[in-house]
Amino acid sequence: MGVRLETGTLTRRQALKAGLLGAAGLALGPGLGAPGRLWAGEDGPPAPDGPKRARSVIQIWMWGGPSHLDTFDPKPNAGYDYCGPLDKDMPTNVDGIRIGAKLPLLAGQADKYSIIRSMTHGIAAHETASYITQTGRPPGRLVYPSAGAVVALFKGYDHGYKGLAPPYVVLTSPQGRFSESGFLGPKYKPFATGGDPNRPRFEVEGIIAPGISDERQLSRRELLHALDSLGKAVQGNPEFGKFDLCEENAYRMMFGEARRLFDLSQEKDELRDRYGRNTFGQSCLAARRLVEAGVPYVTINYKGWDTHKNHFEIMNRKLPEMDGGMATLLADLSERGLLDSTIVWWSGEFGRTPKIDWEAPWNGGRGHFGSCFSAVIAGGGFKGGRVVGASDDRGENVADRPVYPRDLIASMYELLGIDPDGPLPNPLGLDLKVLPWDEAGAETGGRLTELLE
Amino acid sequence: MLAAIVPFLAAIQARGEQGPGIPQDRAGAGDGGKAPAVGPFETPFSAQHGLVDELVTFVLRERGIQPAHSCSDAVFVRRVFLDVIGTLPSPGEVRDFLDDGNPDKRSALIDELMERDEFADYWALKWGDLLRVKAEFPINLWPNAVQAYHRWIRESIRTNKPYDRFVRELLTSSGSNFRVPAVNFYRAIQGRGASAIAGAVALTFMGVRWENWPAERRAGMEAFFSRVAFKGTAEWKEEIVFQDPARSGALDGAFPDGSRAAIPAGADPRCAFADWLISARNEWFARNIVNRIWSWLLGRGIVHEPDDLRPDNPASNPYLLAYLEWELGRGGYDLRHIYRIILNSCTYQQSSIPQSNHQSAGALFAYYKVRQLDAEVLGDALRQLCGVRENYISMIPEPFTFVPAEKRCITLCDGSITSPFLELFGRPARDTGLESERNNTPSDAQRLFLLNSSGLQKGLAGSRWLRALVKAGMKDHRRIIGTLYLTVLSREPTAAELAAVEMCFTGKGVNRQEAAVDLAWALINTKEFLFRH
Repeated sequence: MGVRLETGTLTRRQALKAGLLGAAGLALGPGLGAPGRLWAGEDGPPAPDGPKRARSVIQIWMWGGPSHLDTFDPKPNAGYDYCGPLDKDMPTNVDGIRIGAKLPLLAGQADKYSIIRSMTHGIAAHETASYITQTGRPPGRLVYPSAGAVVALFKGYDHGYKGLAPPYVVLTSPQGRFSESGFLGPKYKPFATGGDPNRPRFEVEGIIAPGISDERQLSRRELLHALDSLGKAVQGNPEFGKFDLCEENAYRMMFGEARRLFDLSQEKDELRDRYGRNTFGQSCLAARRLVEAGVPYVTINYKGWDTHKNHFEIMNRKLPEMDGGMATLLADLSERGLLDSTIVWWSGEFGRTPKIDWEAPWNGGRGHFGSCFSAVIAGGGFKGGRVVGASDDRGENVADRPVYPRDLIASMYELLGIDPDGPLPNPLGLDLKVLPWDEAGAETGGRLTELLE
Repeated sequence: MLAAIVPFLAAIQARGEQGPGIPQDRAGAGDGGKAPAVGPFETPFSAQHGLVDELVTFVLRERGIQPAHSCSDAVFVRRVFLDVIGTLPSPGEVRDFLDDGNPDKRSALIDELMERDEFADYWALKWGDLLRVKAEFPINLWPNAVQAYHRWIRESIRTNKPYDRFVRELLTSSGSNFRVPAVNFYRAIQGRGASAIAGAVALTFMGVRWENWPAERRAGMEAFFSRVAFKGTAEWKEEIVFQDPARSGALDGAFPDGSRAAIPAGADPRCAFADWLISARNEWFARNIVNRIWSWLLGRGIVHEPDDLRPDNPASNPYLLAYLEWELGRGGYDLRHIYRIILNSCTYQQSSIPQSNHQSAGALFAYYKVRQLDAEVLGDALRQLCGVRENYISMIPEPFTFVPAEKRCITLCDGSITSPFLELFGRPARDTGLESERNNTPSDAQRLFLLNSSGLQKGLAGSRWLRALVKAGMKDHRRIIGTLYLTVLSREPTAAELAAVEMCFTGKGVNRQEAAVDLAWALINTKEFLFRH
């Protein structure tokens, strides 16, 4: 149980340390590496043991909290005060499952994902709710790492990850501290790409700089090394050693295949259109390219769901965008055989009040709602085409089978081969567990057995 | 000289502690066998040894470890600015110092720096980390209290309030968190029960991990904080911290050293604890703070980690620690006295180039430990050099807080107000008050940022200062190079460096503006700039 350790082959870091890949690899410059092979290993990443087959996670983070009623838990009979103008649902390709009528493309992919309609934590503040939904833990004395940081810890460089992009990537801006590395420290923070994948050139922060030619970059690098007088005078310092290694890694990302990884123009126009020519759609495409290259954890930080005002105008604009990007992502992963090894997790920090605020200043808005909301989970060993739990007639309370963030995240860890009851190594030197099922005082509805084989 | 410290060493032994033996002064290895001093970083001349140095070299000789050379004046001026005021020296300040012929100029600069505003800013930042000054989650001081508390801390440092008084005020104040800022000590703790408070007090002022104590000892200490109570007012987030009058009967507590305390009815048990804490018979109080100061200035505690004092984590040099404890009492708990002793020592003024590869050379302070700049210090330095501006923002609580970009990072009072840059470079979240929360370890993402981020690239390309420098140096590119070195690395280039760099500025079709940007970029990316050394 626990994490599989690579043996027998050199890790990327070991190789760098040994100088096998360092300067020689860089001297090739761009475009001279083996084209199209983004995974540095021989036959791609190792398959985890047994049924634990998930290799990567794509987290679609619905920042602000999406309305569950207007997406995956429609209540067409709840009346105008609950539905507003979005009072229609629609059937999906799975008998008996209906979702919001604004999501027709996702309706065609319902066999690939399952909907949890009984998510709950009861918190209505963004920060605390973001913390709970991404760490699985209640706020307490320690600030725990988010799922992304935990996956980066267990499936990243320390455990044989050899990919050319960082193990935890967020498209495009960071979700904020509550969703990051907690006490694990900056090493496990997500790499935020910056830039906009929907622009002709996706300027990934730090990797693809505007207006500096490769030639100038390389001559600068020579200059830098020529002027490293202190580095040359102080030999064998471990801090300097780490610094040099990080620099090698950074240059590999700048000049190596990582650049190609973020170059969406390598994809067919037709596919890019299907994903949607907008930041979210192209982020979904970029996420697929990243997990294809073995990146263990990618977050798409999809902003704009905190719709206290103008809720329905925003839904009419954003739901089709979400529908196209997410449905195409599921279909594309499936067609490429990647869905079996990739968990797709859609959730915000909470849902939104089922009852609409018609009064000023909201004028038809929905507030924060943590008592009951929805999450969607697909791939990586999670069964598709199911619904877990239920909300009541108006989506205000959990009616059946409460699912706490802990339950979802720990189930995800199991599929990734990370033992929730196993130790969580940490720089504090404390005896901590990853996300144990039987933690005292923790609210839990248990593993998502309904969705696990 | 060693005779001077014999009495206090004896006193330590008399306290029944496993005391250090009294070191015997004897001839050691001497300075033979050292490699010659290196170029711009070292000087063969060393200041006169003080007691700190006697004690450090005593242990080094025992182990056969050769200490490093003295650092050069150029290294010293940069180091002491960064260590003491968290600020890069300006080219003028560097030149003034280098040109100064006064043999005591290092000592004079140390005194001067401790009087500067940035001294209060920088050490208020450090204390903000330890006291967990932040508006929200998981510490919930809220913005008004953060500002009142930070101002109080900064003012205490600026006026050099004696450390025992500073701590006593933190532990014994009562009243509104807006009007009596010190009461925020009790509010900046995760949890409001006696055990959470006792744990925070023990960590902060005794340097111990309270949670590892036996239950009985913990309970004895908890008693002193069992009557701390909190109540709101009509003002938003105003809170009164007070002693619960409903529980004012006599109380029995036990100090962490095992002695009992009988607190009479009506007395504030916090005062009894504070008086014990700051008294000379408490072995933790002085040790904790002098060890921390040593660690802040030299990058490693005499006991390491500096906030993990326990019998099975011994001091690497117990004489040194005992001496500094003694000096603290002798100086009336004047922390600047301790800073002064350490900063004026040859040990602090050593080069960062080790002369020994003995595995204990670092732990025994045979050289100055290099470490990456603090996030805030680096942020300020980058803005000073290339106009990279921070967008500080706090998403909590609503309404969002925006801080003017002109504000220096080291003056930020609120751990909740941050920027992606500061987080990338390891600014602590101020959740626990542990020293290890500040993480100055290099990372791939940090290197990407400095090598190639759009912010840094654009900042350099658009830097008015660089443009003006290039214009002024039209006829003499050496002036451009010299000024860049002085500004970024606080020293003149060596002949070899000058030769390497000159090639970029001469020759056909060279764009001097680009060359200057490239040089500034390269110098900013050197270890010499990014590390304290």
